[in-house]
Amino acid sequence: MGMEGIGQRVVRKEDKRFITGKGKYTDDVKLVGMTHAHFVRSPHAHAKVVSIDSAAALAMPGVIAVLTGAELVADRIGNLICGWMVHSKDGSPMKMGAYPAMAPETVRYVGQAVAVVIAETKNQARDAAEAVTVEYEELPAATTVAAALASDAPQLHPEAPGNRVYEWSIGDKAATETAFSGAAHVVSMDITNNRLVPNPMEPRSAVANYDSGDDALTLWTTSQNPHVARLVLSAFYNIAPEHKLRVIAPDVGGGFGSKIYIYPEEIVCLWASRKVNRPIKWTSDRTEAFLTDAHGRDHVSKAEMAFDADHKILGLRVHTYANFGAYMSLFSSSVPTYLYATLLSGQYVIPAIYAEVDGVYTNTVPVDAYRGAGRPEATYLLERMMETAARQFGLDPVDLRRKNFITSFPYQTPVIMTYDAGDYNASLDAALKAIDYAGFPARKAAAAARGKLRGIGFSCYIEACGIAPSKAVGSLGAGVGLWESAEVRVNPVGTVEVLTGSHSHGQGHETTFAQLISERLGIGIDQVSIVHGDTDKVQFGMGTYGSRSGAVGMSAIVKAMDKVEAKARKIAAHLMEAAEGDIVIEGGEFKVAGTDKKMPFALVALAAYTGHNLPDGMEPGLKEGAFYDPTNFTFPAGTYVCEVEIDADTGKTEVVNFVAADDFGRMINPMIVEGQVHGGLAQGIGQALLEGTVYSDDGQLMTASYMDYCMPRADDLPSFDLHHTTTLCPGNPLGIKGCGEAGAIGSPPAVINAITDAIGHNDMSMPATPAKVWAAIHGRAAAE
Amino acid sequence: MYATNFSRAANLADASAKMGAATDGKYLAGGQTLIPTMKQRLAAPSDLIDLTRIPDLSGIKADADTVTIGAATRHYDVATSATVRGAIPAIAALAAGIGDPAVRHMGTIGGSIANNDPAADYPAAVLALGAGIITDKRTIFAEAWFQGMFSTALGTDEIVKAIQFPIPAKAAYAKFPNPASRYALAGVFVAKMKNGSVRVAATGVGEGGVLRFPALEAALQANWSAAALANVAVSPEGLLSDIHGSAEYRANLVNVMARRAVAAAG
Repeated sequence: MGMEGIGQRVVRKEDKRFITGKGKYTDDVKLVGMTHAHFVRSPHAHAKVVSIDSAAALAMPGVIAVLTGAELVADRIGNLICGWMVHSKDGSPMKMGAYPAMAPETVRYVGQAVAVVIAETKNQARDAAEAVTVEYEELPAATTVAAALASDAPQLHPEAPGNRVYEWSIGDKAATETAFSGAAHVVSMDITNNRLVPNPMEPRSAVANYDSGDDALTLWTTSQNPHVARLVLSAFYNIAPEHKLRVIAPDVGGGFGSKIYIYPEEIVCLWASRKVNRPIKWTSDRTEAFLTDAHGRDHVSKAEMAFDADHKILGLRVHTYANFGAYMSLFSSSVPTYLYATLLSGQYVIPAIYAEVDGVYTNTVPVDAYRGAGRPEATYLLERMMETAARQFGLDPVDLRRKNFITSFPYQTPVIMTYDAGDYNASLDAALKAIDYAGFPARKAAAAARGKLRGIGFSCYIEACGIAPSKAVGSLGAGVGLWESAEVRVNPVGTVEVLTGSHSHGQGHETTFAQLISERLGIGIDQVSIVHGDTDKVQFGMGTYGSRSGAVGMSAIVKAMDKVEAKARKIAAHLMEAAEGDIVIEGGEFKVAGTDKKMPFALVALAAYTGHNLPDGMEPGLKEGAFYDPTNFTFPAGTYVCEVEIDADTGKTEVVNFVAADDFGRMINPMIVEGQVHGGLAQGIGQALLEGTVYSDDGQLMTASYMDYCMPRADDLPSFDLHHTTTLCPGNPLGIKGCGEAGAIGSPPAVINAITDAIGHNDMSMPATPAKVWAAIHGRAAAE
Repeated sequence: MYATNFSRAANLADASAKMGAATDGKYLAGGQTLIPTMKQRLAAPSDLIDLTRIPDLSGIKADADTVTIGAATRHYDVATSATVRGAIPAIAALAAGIGDPAVRHMGTIGGSIANNDPAADYPAAVLALGAGIITDKRTIFAEAWFQGMFSTALGTDEIVKAIQFPIPAKAAYAKFPNPASRYALAGVFVAKMKNGSVRVAATGVGEGGVLRFPALEAALQANWSAAALANVAVSPEGLLSDIHGSAEYRANLVNVMARRAVAAAG
């Protein structure tokens, strides 16, 4: 292992430009003749668009065009798609309502675009947008699953009667019924997973440029997967064929899933750029981000767990209602199904599982994958159930979990997944040691003496990352394969460029991917550059989400490196007149084992490009590409323990101790892994304590700014105590499982379990605000 | 933000003249509420007239009985003033807890009390201490000044010059912040004046903005201790109720914060 190889805490290469203001984001793009777009958005949650009068706006200074949904339809721009077909249990395909980029006839959530103004300046566009007169005929709205499924609910889409998208199920219903009929104990709970607004630091932005000379379009955009964007824009939205459309996702300031999707604004900017024959920029402001970025979570579930007399789990029965918002976003259908219910076995042997998931339309912002995507919902449900069951049985929650752990691998769950490797007792043990579980009663007593209620809560999570085997996801309805590509280009001087289909928007790929090359060739990471985020440079790729870039993206680089290394060995062996099998690569040098013969990698590279002395028949050059398709998901798992202290007078919860013991398989850069866990924990604790998305009954988003939507701040969080146990993932060459989402997945139930332990009251929804906790302690109403 | 004309007033007369010449002018006194409101296009003054560079409007003075703080004095300067810390440490502590460092370096006491946000901190101190608001025309006392949320006795052609606080025997401010905005969900200022009278005012809780709590005052008048408040009920009637907390929760916080303030005041 070199100084900058795998396992080293190397400082991030990309941070210099980020912390010195030299990052290059989409909004930094400035083109000659660039115009600005401002969208006219619906103030109503549900309404007919009766008329749009643009005359006054068109007469205003700097205005170039006012375009509407009707023109979009006339130009045959395709409706937005959902890329994962899910079938209901009766075999019928999901029922999708038409999702136009601008609404020509009906608006279904506050903030939906109905028209766009293109003007010379941003302010001119905004001024003119206010002068566009839209006449609406208001319709009744439904913002919750309960309201949308009521018998007198307004009907959102003619295609989806009763506002039902699908009624899906997984598992063995009959076996589960049998398990319950033979149960000694049944624990049941109603569990809500609160809706979240992603809030990446950089708001969404798009710059579209139509080049009439080449009849080609370029889009700079805040995307986690520019190639998927190009594919969808070309294949479904009729924007331009792929070879006439370049998509660039430059530096992107966080995504958390919300930048996977191709949004209406990008489509409209591309289409409009061709129409007005000018470059167009649109950048979301923060309120627009609240009103238009895909939200996350929003599940309402009823769960029941059956146990035998010895407290071994016999079965699990779940019925979940997923709020999809007003339209089906790009991967929304997969989130509460294949990314959620397939994880309902958790870390436990559960012989029978049956889960039903009903997808429901409401008059709210579309909901899609958000950090964890389905797995936080599954973990929250299971881990609240386990803690509750232990309390009902009078057992230590640690003992109940341990008794039911899966201990032999591979393990086939009743819900599709085959866990490949893990050691759940090891991470539980590490967490118990770190938290000093035995010392908790003393800490609780000391807190009581200070007038505080102290509680402890556990969460033993598992997740599925490294998505995913293309054939498997294809059979489940995915419209794409989920492999990754890589190309390793060695330059004649021995520096290396790695082209990857993964996309870094905070993950640190420019460092970790370079560490892999450093490990293989013994060269410094400053000799390596990582190229990503441009469809003209990287041939194809599936992007970054689902903690897949290490497990899938780096595996593709390993495959390409294998080819590069094999060729380089042949060249070195030829040049040093040695047997290929005797070549050893060490410290940037190719050596002949057992001799003092050696040559630096740079000379091998140069030889490859001069072509003066290569083995007979060998092509010059040193550049190889590879595609890697995973053989299975990966299964990071761990135990989180949270200790809280609550001020009973105010209901304020302070997280005083938080231990995370994770098994991520091999870690490339432990410092970056820790950063990922810190961020994930902040988001998970944010969900549990702070972040609540509130709609009024008539569909106004009451929490559309930081005045009302509470993002976690540093002083809301403790100093995290992180630990790692390791079982390598057997499914990929580096043994990587993935670490990007674990913190957000595992932490919410640990926090709520700790709060309910502290207050001795098991009924607590997220976010556990001071008002709610106070009300639970004192039996009062929390908020209006 | 809509286009607006920005100018700096050299003195009070210049400020009045500039206001008189504007179609729809607004005085700018730090702008920590007005500028964000304008950015959201919820306010659109034709002219912004900055008062903060008027020399007489900034600064802190004290005598044996009062502390007078110029209207354009920044929160940071109040928080770090040796004079304020010595005479009324509760006000220095209150100023140190307003917003964040950026807000404290821009926002002013005059701007805060002229805006009269129902969750702002200064109004609690002004009302609890019975401060006088000195304008270029008159002095208005706290009870008459606050006229409901975002509403004050300030005339359209009137400028706040300074706020004069009587120095109390004891005082403290305790705030429970809204987790999201960090404005006060309940902020209670308690004061025991040198003549022995007790005043308690709370921000963040009243439907009509800052208000006093006579029942708490009476209990403290009889016995200046946190324990004296333990069984004094605060009625939720007339208190704010929203997604962040019910009126009942806010009523509870008024009592809890009052107790903590009394304990802090000693």
